Amino acid sequence: MPKDSGIGASPKRREDVRFLTGAGNYTDDINVNGQAYVHFLRSDVAHAKINGLDTSAAEAMPGVVRIFTGADFEGVGGMPCGWQVTDRHGDPMQEPPHPILAQGKVRHVGDPIAAVVADSAEQARDAAEAIVLDLEELPAVVNMKAALEDGATKVHDDLTSNLCYDWVLGETDDAAVQKAFDDAAHVTTLELTNQRLVANPMEPRVAVGDYNRGTDEHTLYTTSQNPHVIRLLMCAFVLGLPEHKVRVIAPDVGGGFGTKIFHYAEEAFCTFAAKACNRPVKWTASRSEAFLSDAQGRDHVTKIELALDKDNNFTALRTNTLANMGAYLSTFSSSVPTWLHGTLMAGNYKTPVIQVNVKAVFTTTVPVDAYRGAGRPEATFQLERVIDKAAREVGVDPVALRRQNFVTEFPYDTPVALTYDTGDYNGTMDKLEVAADFAGFAARRAESEKNGKLRGLGVNCYIEACGIAPSNVVGMLGARAGLYDAATVRVNATGSISVMVGAHSHGQGHETAFPQVVAEMIGIDESQVEIVHGDTSKIPFGMGTYGSRSLAVCGSAMVRATEKIINKAKKIAAHLMEASDADIELKDGVFSVAGTDKSVAWGDVTLTAYVPHNFPLEDIEPGLEETAFYDPANFTYPAGAYACEVEVDPETGKVTIERFAAADDFGNIVNPMIVDGQVHGGIGQGIGQALLENCVYDDSGQLLSASYMDYAMPRADDVPFYTVDHSSQTPCTHNPLGVKGCGEAGAIGSPPAVVNAVIDALQSGGKDVGHIDMPVSPARVWAAMNG
Amino acid sequence: MYNFEFVKPASVADAVAALGEEDAQALGGGQTLIPTLKQRLAAPSKLVSLSGIAEMKGVSAADGVLSVGGATTHGTVAAEAGAYPALADLASHIGDPAVRNRGTIGGSLANNDPSACYPSAALASGATIVTNAREIAADDYFQGMFTTALEEGEIITAVKFPIPEAANYQKFLQPASRFALVGVFVAKYADGVRVAVTGASEDGVFRWSEAEAALSKEFRGDALMDLKVDPANMIGDLHGTKEYRAHLVGVLTKRAVVAAG
Repeated sequence: MPKDSGIGASPKRREDVRFLTGAGNYTDDINVNGQAYVHFLRSDVAHAKINGLDTSAAEAMPGVVRIFTGADFEGVGGMPCGWQVTDRHGDPMQEPPHPILAQGKVRHVGDPIAAVVADSAEQARDAAEAIVLDLEELPAVVNMKAALEDGATKVHDDLTSNLCYDWVLGETDDAAVQKAFDDAAHVTTLELTNQRLVANPMEPRVAVGDYNRGTDEHTLYTTSQNPHVIRLLMCAFVLGLPEHKVRVIAPDVGGGFGTKIFHYAEEAFCTFAAKACNRPVKWTASRSEAFLSDAQGRDHVTKIELALDKDNNFTALRTNTLANMGAYLSTFSSSVPTWLHGTLMAGNYKTPVIQVNVKAVFTTTVPVDAYRGAGRPEATFQLERVIDKAAREVGVDPVALRRQNFVTEFPYDTPVALTYDTGDYNGTMDKLEVAADFAGFAARRAESEKNGKLRGLGVNCYIEACGIAPSNVVGMLGARAGLYDAATVRVNATGSISVMVGAHSHGQGHETAFPQVVAEMIGIDESQVEIVHGDTSKIPFGMGTYGSRSLAVCGSAMVRATEKIINKAKKIAAHLMEASDADIELKDGVFSVAGTDKSVAWGDVTLTAYVPHNFPLEDIEPGLEETAFYDPANFTYPAGAYACEVEVDPETGKVTIERFAAADDFGNIVNPMIVDGQVHGGIGQGIGQALLENCVYDDSGQLLSASYMDYAMPRADDVPFYTVDHSSQTPCTHNPLGVKGCGEAGAIGSPPAVVNAVIDALQSGGKDVGHIDMPVSPARVWAAMNG
Repeated sequence: MYNFEFVKPASVADAVAALGEEDAQALGGGQTLIPTLKQRLAAPSKLVSLSGIAEMKGVSAADGVLSVGGATTHGTVAAEAGAYPALADLASHIGDPAVRNRGTIGGSLANNDPSACYPSAALASGATIVTNAREIAADDYFQGMFTTALEEGEIITAVKFPIPEAANYQKFLQPASRFALVGVFVAKYADGVRVAVTGASEDGVFRWSEAEAALSKEFRGDALMDLKVDPANMIGDLHGTKEYRAHLVGVLTKRAVVAAG
């Protein structure tokens, strides 16, 4: 019987009532009395020296409050990078300055040069057009290989080259790795591109800065996944403000997908300008600005080699990747191709020797940072593609080849720095075989062929490291932050509960799922529990929502705080019933004394906590509010197996996704409906990457796919109905809920399944196509078939 | 967008007069012009809306000719052009419902976007473009990407489509915009077959005369067997090479012939 409440039940998402009835409160809905509007003048060329910047005519335009340029921010800190990567020689990465407004040079189309504050948004835009700019264009740096050649134009004059770092993970002895390849019975090599993507949350970024002259307090309203992180970075590294005088509010946020993790220059600018102008200032990005200023995702070029012995056991894996950083280091950019990518190269397999080489490169393009999956999709794609290619080359079934090489004993120490605590990859694959109906594929292929179509089945596995992360571990790896989270459980006198959580909900359904946990622990109705998030003045602290960490990390903090509440409430109940603490039991919201018929209700205890007439004041304080910080002991390791079936129209190359099945092991599950939804959304994004999305710059650094006319987002009719099975559950061994995280799985696991399926279809039609880069567009498929 | 004046005349005569002013710009459904204005890529002093002119709206069929008022929306054509089913079907697949409820046939033909659907229907049908001043044969009207025979201030008041014996439009979607990456309209008349191609050529919509000749002899998909379009003048961009577009012209023409029956 499915439960109707608590952990494992699927109540509908309570937040959807406001989202679906137009009652949400998004940052752009916030208007502060007297606010002025900001318009950023952005570079329309990729790379140039600023020889002149004359704002005098613009300042005389109607409604202009003030115009800011880079000169106004001399001495002010730049945008910081939150992760220092150490290269293969033990040296720190090259870390160029990232000013709030350009100083001396512009380095990508969209780089902000000046900011106009005016009475209206139109006036600010009018005045920006009147700024006289003298740009001396410099060669654009777009291609990563060319950027690393001797004598290449440098994006940052003060750095030695365009190389941010040259990093290695796993076996560092090149000769040992080479020997493994020399000894191999078969080596499969694949060169591929994981194309750049634009995140495109439905809500563009917005920032509203407000300053109270009377109290010297700043408030920043912003579209962020982690308001505390923004406050910390902005106060400590950029503006030098005292944190206790700065409040950051991230209200309803219309999708993040990673690109709203980062601290952006526009946030610091609005905070700064509100004080400088003594007036609230508001900036709302247009969609065009989002394309040119939101951190973008992926953009890796990789060569991967897989060695197999005569029995088809994987014996070694070597990768060489170029990772595009764009023009500046966005907040977590440096960690994505390294610790979020290299560490996942073992995948679900017991390959004994692995070497991961990554060169990160500066180019005159929009900065690149985490995007749903962040490094793990790039790792999964190359690994699962090369395994598929290997299976074809050695003539074995791709599923059998995977099963043969699965890790089956846990805990498992990978050669690339992780310890998988638990998993059951064969069990999950068993679920997939049923969910995807492997048995019926041959008949479906025959049917497609009757209709002149080629049908392919693509399968792959994935593993991800989520619930980031143990602070002591990430600290050693270069993180400049801890990655714990926090929750305060505030029980009101009448027994209802507010839970202040550091995780931010922007589509994940925390407001529904988190109360299910607290309500189950106490035995009260979920409607009595409310989640509060997104405001630094209301919440103790929080590292925010990304890396599928909210329930595993913040949820664990919430469990710990709730346990403290229950312990204290038991003391109060024991006092009321004149019993020993140890004899008190809590069930269904009622405290009872074991072995007796004495009981007292949850509400009686909570009321007593706040009306302590009869209270053990000598032992405990009145009130019922507890805070817990939780720092995980390890990453969590969600894993799964995905299957995609496509039809290819051989005349046009058009790919249609006919079936898609996902078998995921997320450990324990709090709300299966929300998990289904997260997987559906993730697969949709993965299909978007596999078939449609492509962020392309031309040789001059102009973004060719700068609007929805050319950047293809997946639409409802591009995706099939999904079959999602998450009944394979090996609970996480180290967090109290046994949960692993599900937010990124779909986006990580689906692109290789789609491409594997397309290759399978083409091979079935007699076309010896080894690989097609994403997006697998009709034009590319047709070219591959006719190449 | 920059500020502009807005007028909504009730007659063609008043609209023509309003468009006589310097920098005045006609506004059909605004599906191209309004986004252009929002991007500040155009700065007309006055917008003259054509949406209030009753005489420019509606669909009627008589004597083998379907007449569509210049200010008729795609949605209306989709619903009311039953006398010319291939044209109604084309209209029903332009953009999305919001676009179809605003966008007009006159606006589309006046803009002559090289990837728009309607130009292929007008050209393949040998339609007549009726303006406030004259009647223009489709063969004379389309003069390259975004270029037409219209004079400054001239308004398309109606389009007359001779109704063919059989016709079909095949559109292969550009994945992002869902305009035609290539679209082919085939129309069979008693005196021959006309084939017009949109989306593919750097010269805008064009007639594929070799296919017309072959199909006029024998209206079957097989009739096209050896025919190929020269890729030289095709559009090559992010979404498809010249060669791919040239190939699609052949595939879609064959499919249109088969579908037209």
